[in-house]
Amino acid sequence: MEAMDLRPKVLVTKIGLDGHDRGSRVVAAALRDAGMEVIYTPPWQRIETVVKLALEEDVDVIGVSSLATDHLIVPKLLDALRAADLAEVAVIVGGIVPDEDERMLLESGVAKVFHPGASLESIAGYVRAITPRIRAARTAA
Amino acid sequence: MNKPLDGTLALDAAEARWQEEYAAGVGTEPPVANRSGIPVKPLYTPRDWDGGRYEEDLGFPGQPPYTRGIYATMHRGRTWTQRQLIGLGTPQDYNARLAGVLAQGATAVSLIPCNSVFRGYDMDEVHEELLGTCGTVVNTAGHMDAALAGVDLAHTSCAMNDPSPFTLLAFVLATARRRGVDWRAVSGTSNQSDYLSHFVANHMFFRIALPGARRILVDHIDFCNRAVPRWNPMSVVGQHMQQGGATPAEAMAFTLSSAVQYAEDCLARGMDPDRFLPRFTFFFDISLSFFEEVAKFRAGRRIWARLARERLGAKDPRSWRFKFHGQTSGVDLTRQQPLNNVARVTVQAMAGIFGGLQSLHTDAYDEVLSCPTDEAARVAINTQNVLREEAHLTDVIDPLGGSYYVETLTDQMEREILRVMKIVEDAGGMYQAAEAGLVQKMIGESAMRFQRAVESGAQTVVGVNAYRADEAEADRPPVYKPDPAAMRAHLAAFRTWKAARSQDAVRRALDALARAAASPRENVFEQVVAAAEAGCTHGEICGRLREELGFGQPLAFV
Repeated sequence: MEAMDLRPKVLVTKIGLDGHDRGSRVVAAALRDAGMEVIYTPPWQRIETVVKLALEEDVDVIGVSSLATDHLIVPKLLDALRAADLAEVAVIVGGIVPDEDERMLLESGVAKVFHPGASLESIAGYVRAITPRIRAARTAA
Repeated sequence: MNKPLDGTLALDAAEARWQEEYAAGVGTEPPVANRSGIPVKPLYTPRDWDGGRYEEDLGFPGQPPYTRGIYATMHRGRTWTQRQLIGLGTPQDYNARLAGVLAQGATAVSLIPCNSVFRGYDMDEVHEELLGTCGTVVNTAGHMDAALAGVDLAHTSCAMNDPSPFTLLAFVLATARRRGVDWRAVSGTSNQSDYLSHFVANHMFFRIALPGARRILVDHIDFCNRAVPRWNPMSVVGQHMQQGGATPAEAMAFTLSSAVQYAEDCLARGMDPDRFLPRFTFFFDISLSFFEEVAKFRAGRRIWARLARERLGAKDPRSWRFKFHGQTSGVDLTRQQPLNNVARVTVQAMAGIFGGLQSLHTDAYDEVLSCPTDEAARVAINTQNVLREEAHLTDVIDPLGGSYYVETLTDQMEREILRVMKIVEDAGGMYQAAEAGLVQKMIGESAMRFQRAVESGAQTVVGVNAYRADEAEADRPPVYKPDPAAMRAHLAAFRTWKAARSQDAVRRALDALARAAASPRENVFEQVVAAAEAGCTHGEICGRLREELGFGQPLAFV
C-alpha cells in the first residue's frame, strides 16, 4: 500500500486588489517551516485562478490574506469552489476583518478567520487539526 | 563641561563602581538589540561619543551635513505640515471628510484612491463590493474636480497617492486648467512615484512593468520640473519596505539606494541635478523603536547630503536637503484593545518630530480595524496638535542632539545603512537588486525575524503577547463602511458620462499616448495629461500603457 502523505497541503493567496503581502509571505513561510506543503501566489489572483490551482494541486486548505477589504469577495470564491466540486476544501481568512464581516464570512462557509495578533503556531495548529477531516470528506465524496 | 572626561582617574573609578553596581543589580541579562540588530548598552558616556567631530558630523541646522535638521529654523520657524492621508467612498464623500480634516488643523490635502485605481482599473472593471472601501473612486478629471471642490489649488499643497503613469496629477492639472489656475502655482507631491518600492513591497501600486515604469518616471520628473515647477514629482518611499518587514536601517538604505538610482536615471537623460534634486522628497515609516527611528532620520539626512553633493554632483544646497514625510507605523498597531494605539502613535509621532520631519501623518487608532472613522481621524490629528502646542516639543531644535546615546546610535545606524547600501551597490544598484529579488528576500527574512521575536515574547506587544484582556465585539470601535447606494449612483453616473463624451477625442488621445510610449523621443507623461484633458479615464490610460509596456507584476516567492 502506498504511504499517504499526511502533510497538509495549503494554498496561500490573495484575491482582489490589495498588494500588502507581508502577512501572506510570513504565514506561508511559517506553514512551510512547520512541515506543510505550501503553494504560494503573489497578490491579485483571480477567483478562477485560485480554483484552478486548488484543483490541480489537490490542496486541503486555502488561506486568503486580506488587509484591505478583499475578504468581501471571498464568498464568491466559495461559490466557485462549490461549483468546481471542491466544497470540502477549507477556506481560512487572515488579516483585517471587522466583526460584522467575520460573521458574513462564517455564514458563507469560511472555516475560520484569523485576526492580527494571531500566532503562527495557532494558524499551523488549526490547519493540522482540520486536515484529516477534509481528507475524510474528500474520500467519502 | 567641555573637556572630555575620558581618561581621568576619577572617572575610571566612578565608571568601574557603576559597572559593578549595575552588574550586581541586574544580574545576567540577555543581550539587548534594536530592530536593526544594533546592540544596545545600558549606558552611554563620553567614551562612546565625545563631540570631537561636531563640525563634520553634526554642524548647525540648515548647514551640511544637516544632521541637526535641514532648515536653520526647523519646527520653531515653520512647523511640520499636518498631512493626514484620507480617501474613501465617492469623490463627494471624500470632499466632506476633507472639509472636516482641514477644519481640525490639517494644512494640506492628500488623496488615497480606491484599490481599483491603484491597480490601474476603472470602477466598471472590478468587483463592485470592493469599490470605495479603502480609498476614493476617482477615475476622471471630473471626479477630481468634485473631490477637490472648495480647495484653492493655487495655495494648497496636494499630495496624491498616484503611481506611474500619474493619472491623478493629470486630473489635478486638468482641474486647475478648468478653474483658471496656473499650473506653475500648483504644488504638492506624487506620493507613489517610487516604482521600485512597489516592485519589492506593497505591490498594489505596481501597474506597469519595470522598464516602462523606469522610463515614465523620468518623463514625469522632467515634465513637472518644466511645467509644474512647484510640484514634487519624486517621493522616494521607505515606508513600504519597512511596513513590509525591512528593519529601520534596511528601509533607509534601500530608500537612499533607490534615490541614487532615480537621480542617476535623470542624469543619464542629461538633466541638471540642481533642477530635479530640490524636488526630490522622501517618505518614511516611523516605528515604535523610538531612539532607533530618531537616529535613522539623523543618519539618513547626513548620508543624503554627502551623496547628493559628492556622487550626484549637485552644487545647490537645496539639492542636498533630505526633506521627508513621516507616517506612524500601522504594523505596530494592534486590533486588541485598540485605544492603546493612541499611545503607540504618540510615541511614533514624537520620534518623527525629534527626527526632524517636514510633514507628518498620524495613524488613526482604528486603522487596524477598517478605514478610519471620523472620531478616530480627529484623535489622530489632535495628537499632533497636543504634541506641538501643549507639550512644547518644538521649542528646541534637534533636542536629542548631543545625547551620548543618540549620537552614538546615529553613527552606528549610519554604518549599518551604508553596509546595506553596499550590498545593493554590489548587486548593480537598486534596479538590478530589486529585479534579482535580493531586496525582497532581505525584507522577507527581517519580517520573519520580527514575527518570531513577537511569538517568543522577546518583543512585547501589549494586548497581544502580554497584558491581554478579554474583549468583546462591543469593546471595539465602530467600523467605517461606504454607503453602497451612493457608490452605485457614482458607478451609474460614470457609465452615462462615458457613453456621452466625444469618443473620437478619446481615441485620438489614447493613440497619441501609445505613440509616445513607443518613441523614446516623446514624453509619455505629457500625453497622459493630454489624455486626461481629452476626457480619457484612468483605466483607459493605464490600460493602453499596459498594452504597450506590459503589466507590472512582482516576483513571486516566499
